[in-house]
Formats: sequence, C-alpha cells, structure tokens
Amino acid sequence: MEIVLAIGIGLFTASGVWLLLRPRTYQVIIGLALLSYAVNLFIFAMAGGGLRVDSPPILAPGGVGDPTAIADPIPQALVLTAIVIGFAMTALFLVVLLAARGRTGTDHVDGREPDR
Amino acid sequence: MTPVLDHLAILPILLPLAVGAFMLLFDERRRLLKMSLSLVTVFALLAIAVTLVVLVGLPNGDRWSTMIVYPLGNWPPPFGIVLVVDRLAALMLLLTSVLGCATLLFAMARWHKAGPRFYTLFLLLLTGLNGAFLTGDLFNLFVFFEILLAASYGLVLHGSGTARVRAGLHYIPINLVASSLFLVGVAVIYGVTGTLNMADLSRIVPTLSPDSRTLMEAGAAVLGVAFLVKAGMWPLSFWLPTTYAAACAPIAAMFAIMTKVGIYVILRLFLLCFGDEAGASEEFGALWLYYGGMATILFGGIGVLASQSMQRLGGYSVLISSGTLLAAIGTGNSAVISGALYYLVTSTLAISAYFLLVELIERGQAAGADVLAVTLEIFGDPEEDVEDEDEEVGVAIPATIAVLGGAFLATTALLAGLPPLSGFIAKFAMLSALLNEAGDIPFAHWSFVALLMLSGLATLIAMTRNGIRTLWVPAETEIPRVRAIEAIPVGALLFLCAAMTFAGGPVMRYMEATAQILYWPSEYARDVLGDRPAGHITSDPRASGHGPAGGPP
Repeated sequence: MEIVLAIGIGLFTASGVWLLLRPRTYQVIIGLALLSYAVNLFIFAMAGGGLRVDSPPILAPGGVGDPTAIADPIPQALVLTAIVIGFAMTALFLVVLLAARGRTGTDHVDGREPDR
Repeated sequence: MTPVLDHLAILPILLPLAVGAFMLLFDERRRLLKMSLSLVTVFALLAIAVTLVVLVGLPNGDRWSTMIVYPLGNWPPPFGIVLVVDRLAALMLLLTSVLGCATLLFAMARWHKAGPRFYTLFLLLLTGLNGAFLTGDLFNLFVFFEILLAASYGLVLHGSGTARVRAGLHYIPINLVASSLFLVGVAVIYGVTGTLNMADLSRIVPTLSPDSRTLMEAGAAVLGVAFLVKAGMWPLSFWLPTTYAAACAPIAAMFAIMTKVGIYVILRLFLLCFGDEAGASEEFGALWLYYGGMATILFGGIGVLASQSMQRLGGYSVLISSGTLLAAIGTGNSAVISGALYYLVTSTLAISAYFLLVELIERGQAAGADVLAVTLEIFGDPEEDVEDEDEEVGVAIPATIAVLGGAFLATTALLAGLPPLSGFIAKFAMLSALLNEAGDIPFAHWSFVALLMLSGLATLIAMTRNGIRTLWVPAETEIPRVRAIEAIPVGALLFLCAAMTFAGGPVMRYMEATAQILYWPSEYARDVLGDRPAGHITSDPRASGHGPAGGPP
C-alpha cells in the first residue's frame, strides 16, 4: 500500500514539475493541478500512525474506543482545506490566463513569443 | 487584564474581514460609502494596533512584558488554534496598519477608480497580513498566507494593462508552487512531531530522536524555501522586481510589507525551533540564511544600479532590505536582531514612501521617458549643447517640485542609510552589534559589513542619478499636479522615520526587549501552553496525546 502511494505521489510530482516548466500557460495550469494532487496525497501519507485502511476517525459512542483502530483526523482536515484553497487558486489563475491570452494574443508564459 | 481587552487580539482579523465582506453587498457606484467604511476600518485597526503595542509592553506579574494568548473557540492549546500577541506580533501589526492607512489615503485620490472591488481586496489583504502575524499555529498560518496571496493576486492586476497581466502570470504560479512547498513542509513537520502548534513544536524539537530530527530538519528546510520565496531571497527572487514595478503605486507601497511577512515567519520559527534551547538542532539553517542574505544584498545592489525605471529601483531596494534582514537573522546574535527589527520598520516605511513618491514625480512625464533618459545619459544628448546657451538665468523651482524633491532627498537618505535619518541608526545598530561580538571577528562578518556599506553606496548612486534627471530638469516638462491627500501619506511615512530618529532610544529599547524575548522559546511556550510540564512529551510524540490516539500521558 505504501509503495503504491509513494509511486503515485512521485508520478504526480514528476509530471507536475515537467508541465510547470513548459512554455504554454495551459500546460502550467495542468502542472499546478497535478502538483497539488501530489501534495494532498503526501499530507495523507504523513498521518500519525501511518496509512490505515478501513479505520474512519469516528469514536465509539459513549467511549474513547480503541485508539489504534481510528485514523488520524487532522491530515484529513488539512487535505480538505488544501483542496478548497487549491481549487480556488486554480480558478483564479485560469482567469488571469484567459486575460493574458486576450491581451497579448499569445499563450506563452512570458506574454510574447520567443524570438526564433 | 479585563476580559473585554482580551478580545482585542482577534479584532485585527475579524474587523477587515467583516467590513470587506459587507462591502461586497453594495454596487460599485457607491464609492463614497465604501471609501468611508474602509477609512474607518483602517484607522480603527491603527488604534487597535497601538493599544496592543501598549498592552504587551506592560509588566505582568514577575515579568516585564505581557503576552496575550487567545484560544479560538476556547479550545486549550495545543489542541485548538491560538492567536498570540507578543511584542514582535504587535510591532508588525502596528507597521501593517500604518502602511494600510497611508496607502489607502493615497489610493483614494484616484487609484481606487482603476478597477472593481478595490476596497474589499485591500481589506482582505490586511486580514491576511494581520492573521499571519497573529497566529500561533502552522496550518492556520498557511490559511492566512493564502488569504493574503489571493487578495494580492487581485491587487497586482488592479488597474489592468498588459504589463500587469504579464507580471501576474509569473507572480501567481511561483506563489502557488511556494504554497505547495509550504504544505509539504507542514505535513512533514506534523508527521514527525504530531503537532502544528508553534509553541508545542519548540518544546518537542529538543526531545526528538536523531532519526526523526533529520526528517524534521528536512521538513523545516522545505518550509523555509516557501518563506524564502515570499521574502525574496536570491535565487528565488526574480519575480519580485517585475511584479513590484508593474503594480500600481499604492499597491506596490503596501506590498513593501509582503516580503516582511516571510521574514517575520522565518524569524519566529527559526528562533522557536532552532534557537539556543533546541539541543542538537541549534542554529539549523543559520548559515544558509546568512550567506543567502548576503547574496541577495549583492543581487539587489547590482539590480539597483542597473534599473532604468524608478519602480524597478524600488523593487531592487526591497531585495536589499530583505537580504539585510535575512543575513542579520542568520548571525543568530540577539543584539544584531534588535538592530535588524529597527531596520525592518524603517526600511519598510521608506520603501513604501518611495513607491508613492515615484508615482507623484513621474506623473508629469511621458511613459518611457526614464528609459530614454538613461540612454541619453550614456550616449550623450546631441541637442544638449544647443540648449544650454540661454539657460544661465536662474529659474525659480516650482513649489510642488521643491516639496517632492525634499521628500525624494529624505527617502534617498533613508534607503542608502545616510545620517541623519533612521536608516543610518538602523545600519549602525546592526554593525556595531556585529563587530562587538566577543572573540575574533570571522571573515563572513567583514563581508556582511562591506556588503551593507556597498549596497548603501549603490542605492545612493542610483537614487542621485534618478533624482537629477527627474527633478533637476528645466521646467519644460509638465509640473505634476499633486493633491494634498496624496502628499500627506508620503509626508506622514517620512515623518514617522524622522520620529524614529528622534525617539531612537525608546524605540531601540522596545526592539531590544523584543529580540530578547524571541531568544526564550521556553518562556513563549509556557505563556502559550500554560504551566503544563514538558513531561507529557514522550519519546514517540504520536503516542503522547497529541494525535487522536489519546494515549495516557
């Protein structure tokens, strides 16, 4: 399970960074999205007690329950916040991207085509 | 302290957030209403910040300083999020609100009409800044960083125009990537220590086992890179001059404090987690800050000399200021840091005044005139000889130019660190503390001294050149029309710098007390977490009651 998650995070990060360094704004925004997926998965991997399957962070009624059987809820809360913020920022960047396309007439990240 | 005063700690966040949201309900045409609401808000923030500075300076019980700890929702730390007002946070709040008042007044003259929802974005920026200074929790810090960044994305684009959109296209992605790094760093630190509370962190770091220590330091380094991007350390700073030059004047002036947020967080976390009490992790990363800061000063100094427009010159001065502060933090000497805090305040005020002033001076000039002027200076103006013949008669300097010129002179003295203004005192305080260290003075210190002097010289040369060609020209160019509401903020910022010179003693004492408190993370932790003994931290923090695992302490 750990190895699958690690490979997933690695793939997302590698593709994200590669796309981020490309010259077209659309590639950059997809790169940013992939990078934020990688980060969100990474936060899960850092949960206290490691990765757990089938252990929702819900206490048994009337008692504390078995602490080893519940997942750490804090990373889940962090991921939720990070997803919301990342989504808003991507939307905002999309608007800027469109504005830049309209104003400069090119989708190059520098706002002008490089001299060839 | 009375319970009512306790709630002052959350007002700097709540007030601008609520007013900013409320203003969204009104139509863009109701400018007068929005203007007066925002004005009342920023001056209320100023009053709150002054009160907080006074409150934290009061002696409390056996201590000569007070700390206001505000647990949100009354959840006890480290389980809930806390807001912490100590001397440093109160100082930064005061600086933010002063800049907020000055730039908002300036923007009211004409810039607020340049785009929609200016006031809401401006107040959100203040919310984010105040929140970042107040919070005592790492993840909460991320949230406030995002608030201030989101507002700043909108404000960079305020006034529209191709140059601003182009600058935004670089500014936004680099900050989004920095935010990703921020999250990675926070996640690693949480994974290792099991806490996000900064005070708790300072208690746990010395008890870590060697394996987790390496991981914790790696996390802190990733987190540090995120803040260094914000602070503009070389080589993470290439976005900064372009963005600052493209933003409209009041926004660029307000952004003067944005790099200082990065500096503030580095100062706080570095001294809390890797200060004198951190055991084996003591001074982790100090050399990176020291040499990185010096490289930034060098880069900023070259940039100042090379810039053709006055706005870019301002952007590079921001870099010099950041570099100086980072290097000063890297020395790890509390006396240097108290000088650096004084420098932080004066340089922020001066850079802010500079950005406002430049817009006023350049108003009379055609776009691109200053680029042409630099070219003419280098290659010689063919018409120059003809012109000079009948210009021998004295020409009266117009009053506006005289006022602007005087203000320009003052900013030059401040930015270059010349006497008699506070820029000189700041540099003198840092240098004398550095050279008064016991024992032999290492080579690195001498290079820092030399770089500080040379950057001052570079600023002086560049500013003089700009001043001569914009203010000392014959009165052919149109005299800029300046309204009182635009001149007053510039004058007020410069007046504050002058006041800091005259009241150098008391201000410096405040800074010294601030720096000394920063060097006692255990006191900070005791104030935030209460008198609970540090013994609840066992070797494995995950089993210690920090996580939901809730093991017995």
